[in-house]
Amino acid sequence: MLTRREALLGSVLTAVAVAAVGPAPAMAAAKDVAGLPREKVTLVAPPFVHAHDQVAKGGPKVVEFTMKIEEKPTIIDANGTQLNAMTYNGSIPGPLMVVHEGDYLELTLINPDTNTLAHNIDFHAATGGLGGGALTLINPGEQVTLRFKATRSGTFVYHCAPGGAMIPWHVVSGMSGAVMVLPRDGLKDEKGKPIRYDHIYYIGENDFYIPRDEQGKFKKYDSAGDNYDDTVKVMRGLIPTHVVFNGKAGSLTGENAMKAKVGETVLIVHSQANRDTRPHLIGGHGDFVWEQGKFANPPAKDLETWFIRGGSAGAALYTFRQPGIYAYVNHNLIEAVELGATAHFTVEGKWDDDLMMQVEPPKAIAS
Amino acid sequence: MSFDPVVTFGTIAAAALIGLGVGNAIDGTSPRSRVPVAAAELVTLTAGSYEHPQPGEFLKDNRPIPAPVAKETIDAPLEIMKFQVTASDYDRCVSDSACKPADSRIVGDVPVTGVSFLDAQAYANWLSEKTGETWRLPTDVEWAYVAAERFRADIEAGEGDPADPARRWLALYRNEAALGRKADPEPRPPGAFGANTKGVADIAGNVWEWTSTCYAHVTMSSDGARIANSVSNCGVHVVEGFHRTYMSNFIRDGKSGGCAVGTPPDNLGFRLVHDSGGFLQATFRRLGLT
Repeated sequence: MLTRREALLGSVLTAVAVAAVGPAPAMAAAKDVAGLPREKVTLVAPPFVHAHDQVAKGGPKVVEFTMKIEEKPTIIDANGTQLNAMTYNGSIPGPLMVVHEGDYLELTLINPDTNTLAHNIDFHAATGGLGGGALTLINPGEQVTLRFKATRSGTFVYHCAPGGAMIPWHVVSGMSGAVMVLPRDGLKDEKGKPIRYDHIYYIGENDFYIPRDEQGKFKKYDSAGDNYDDTVKVMRGLIPTHVVFNGKAGSLTGENAMKAKVGETVLIVHSQANRDTRPHLIGGHGDFVWEQGKFANPPAKDLETWFIRGGSAGAALYTFRQPGIYAYVNHNLIEAVELGATAHFTVEGKWDDDLMMQVEPPKAIAS
Repeated sequence: MSFDPVVTFGTIAAAALIGLGVGNAIDGTSPRSRVPVAAAELVTLTAGSYEHPQPGEFLKDNRPIPAPVAKETIDAPLEIMKFQVTASDYDRCVSDSACKPADSRIVGDVPVTGVSFLDAQAYANWLSEKTGETWRLPTDVEWAYVAAERFRADIEAGEGDPADPARRWLALYRNEAALGRKADPEPRPPGAFGANTKGVADIAGNVWEWTSTCYAHVTMSSDGARIANSVSNCGVHVVEGFHRTYMSNFIRDGKSGGCAVGTPPDNLGFRLVHDSGGFLQATFRRLGLT
């Protein structure tokens, strides 16, 4: 049995070991970067994304972000099941950060002393230093600032990786998000023609592993550390108890359903830091899909379902053509309906009979 | 995929199980045993008439319309359980091997939950057998009469626009979302939700109740005055509570999912009507020969 204190200590020791062998910060570039313009961005909680230019204005710059890590109990389904969540900036997933290729992303990460665990951040968009994990490990009461150059475009996962057994536990406790590095001249179709979106939504998919008591009811723990032992046992079975979008079953339905109008183009960024998934828009398509999320590759066209590898983020662009309710699901329908991975779009506009119509309503079979 | 709740809950699969439901009913004639039956507290409602929005889905001139309201008459006094059947009541039927254990593992003096239409019917048959009296699920009309001011029909979205079916879908979605009812999954002791004006307890609390009324597609005449055609599906029954909905007979946990939103039943349970009249009548009713 690993106690909370031991879990904390374990992570610190591992991280120290990593830091000792990890690379030193690259000082050479610092002088050049010092002269670049800087932009400070305030992050917003998913599924929304901070305002950004789709085509970069001017040359490379340093884009500054700040995220506070919050450990807090979170309800993850309608039955009140509790996760001792670990979050970037209080949300699951953490916010989407948007920069352009060639920009520098500079993150100040804060671990308030109200937290109990050490945390860090591994950016899949970054090069070297375990994605920044080796340079960002902070105890409760510390903060750190990391800068990395966005050398390649695409959507990329970031997640906590504080060493050893702590890594998957922190990730399935909610600590992941995504970065979108746009090409400086924006997104392009397979022929290189520019394409734009009217709305962007960021969906982070999470697999949770909540232990149950003898009666089969989900257990509640006072703090994250208290659940570690039981949670790892469930994790090792590899069958999640919950597969949800944005931290909770139903977080993107009803009043919180995503919105669009007929004729509007939506970019959906979808990340899964741990486990494979297969998004599908019921009643719609992926007009242009970067399944692996990397914009240097031409997008696939007209997809029905796309595959997001665990540990990656993808992007799908769709122009709505018909009004109504659309369900955006993980098309393992057991995970969508039974485990929670369902979101909705409400789309307003004029119905197109040419695309679909009910020729005859249900009636008794003609004899 | 439609967001029609019935489709969501698996109507098509349900249709194949109609036969199973009947078989289960006939099978209720287990030998009498020594398991005691608790006397249920009953409320007797006087006969009366009231306006009732009909259950099912309605079409007029090839477009969906809100449920038509019809005058319904309860022509004889109606005896119904004051409280929902409790877990301990139901356990007696399970001990007697006449009912399957409920999905909910909660025991004692709380409403039994995690039971399907088939389970509810098996319990009614067992209780009738044990007592030599007629116990049965209420019809939708009876339940609404009993529920009185607490009755809420289907969540409606007005008349469909044949030129734009999406308008009604969006309106229905908004109406469901706007109900804003929070999930309330933990069953409470009998009486926790109080009695209504008819003295019946826990109507429209957090346990929805099975009825014996089948789901139907109904086509109304163009003047809306009469039913032109009706196709019913008794693999799906009307469930009543905070709002009226429809569930496949074998469902024990009415959760949401797919394109549905908002307000699935927290729990599925039931209460029974007591018919005065002989055992013969009860047997006929069970066999569908009324």
